[in-house]
Amino acid sequence: MARRDVPDINAGSMADIAFLLLIFFLVTTTMDSDTGLMRKLPPIPDPGQEQEDDQQIHERNILVVKVNKDNMLLVEDELIQIGELRDITKEFILNPDDAEDMPEKIEKNIPFFGLVRVAKQAVISLQNDYGTTYGVYIAVQNELLAARNEVRNELAMQRWGIPYDDLNEDQIAAVDEYYNAPISEAEPKRIGGD
Amino acid sequence: MSKFKRSTGKAGVGKINTASLPDIVFMLLFFFMTVTVMREVELKIQVTVPEATQGKKLEKKSLASFIYIGKPLPNLQATFGSEPKIQLNDAFKEVADIQDFIAQERETMDEADQAKMLVSLKIDEETRMQIVSEVKYALRRANALKIMYANRPVDEITSLN
Repeated sequence: MARRDVPDINAGSMADIAFLLLIFFLVTTTMDSDTGLMRKLPPIPDPGQEQEDDQQIHERNILVVKVNKDNMLLVEDELIQIGELRDITKEFILNPDDAEDMPEKIEKNIPFFGLVRVAKQAVISLQNDYGTTYGVYIAVQNELLAARNEVRNELAMQRWGIPYDDLNEDQIAAVDEYYNAPISEAEPKRIGGD
Repeated sequence: MSKFKRSTGKAGVGKINTASLPDIVFMLLFFFMTVTVMREVELKIQVTVPEATQGKKLEKKSLASFIYIGKPLPNLQATFGSEPKIQLNDAFKEVADIQDFIAQERETMDEADQAKMLVSLKIDEETRMQIVSEVKYALRRANALKIMYANRPVDEITSLN
């Protein structure tokens, strides 16, 4: 049986076409993967109960971090460098010595951990000025988050021997409950103007 | 034309086989198609997001809306000035426009995804906090509470003063 010869298709220009497509994609796309500090904003409170929540938290349970318009950092009324912030925050969250001026610990039942003493009311309060530079503000937030993440990671390693990021949902919820320490971003104040 | 003819005795350089060239180029093409994403807006402002070590990767880009804040590009500064401005989609906007923008973005999403909506703030590190605070307050008013401060992932922050 004689087979009919299919003529060869000239594929010489295939490379050109592919190059064209390649260059098109190189131009119109970006490679940057988006990363960022995930935060949750507080909802706008009802006018009636605005002040109530703030007053219920005792002074020892708040770590006050202030950044002024000259990007200077004031933590618990002490002027510090940003490099020291992480350790201070970690100590605040852990309160290893049950110090009087550190967060008060209350017994609480937490899944996986049983009855433990946790600083349930500990809050980190970040206040900035209108004139603060955004880069410094993020650096401070980063240090606060880093401190909290490190503390949680240490707990996860101690309890399960795996890093915090690899825990399952229930475990994460338990660890978060153990070291909650929400970071609250207060309304900025115009202390020094700009 | 005999000038260019090779003497028949010399061994000629063989033609390079280019049959696999398209395959190579296609491979490159697919690589770029998979690892990159479409550029969504044309930036009219200069944005250098700050460095941070604790950044989390944005998993689903379709859930995110972007707000850019920074100084206008040098060639636009004559028209728009050099003060930090807000860019939503392709245009300069004011803080008051953010609520409409969020409502619009919400409408384009599936109903199931609306609760997971996230706003990514791409803000230049030199910006002062005043405009940022105003934007944050506007987002709270628009009830878009999940936000992300976009950053450049680094292992250690070097530019701390």
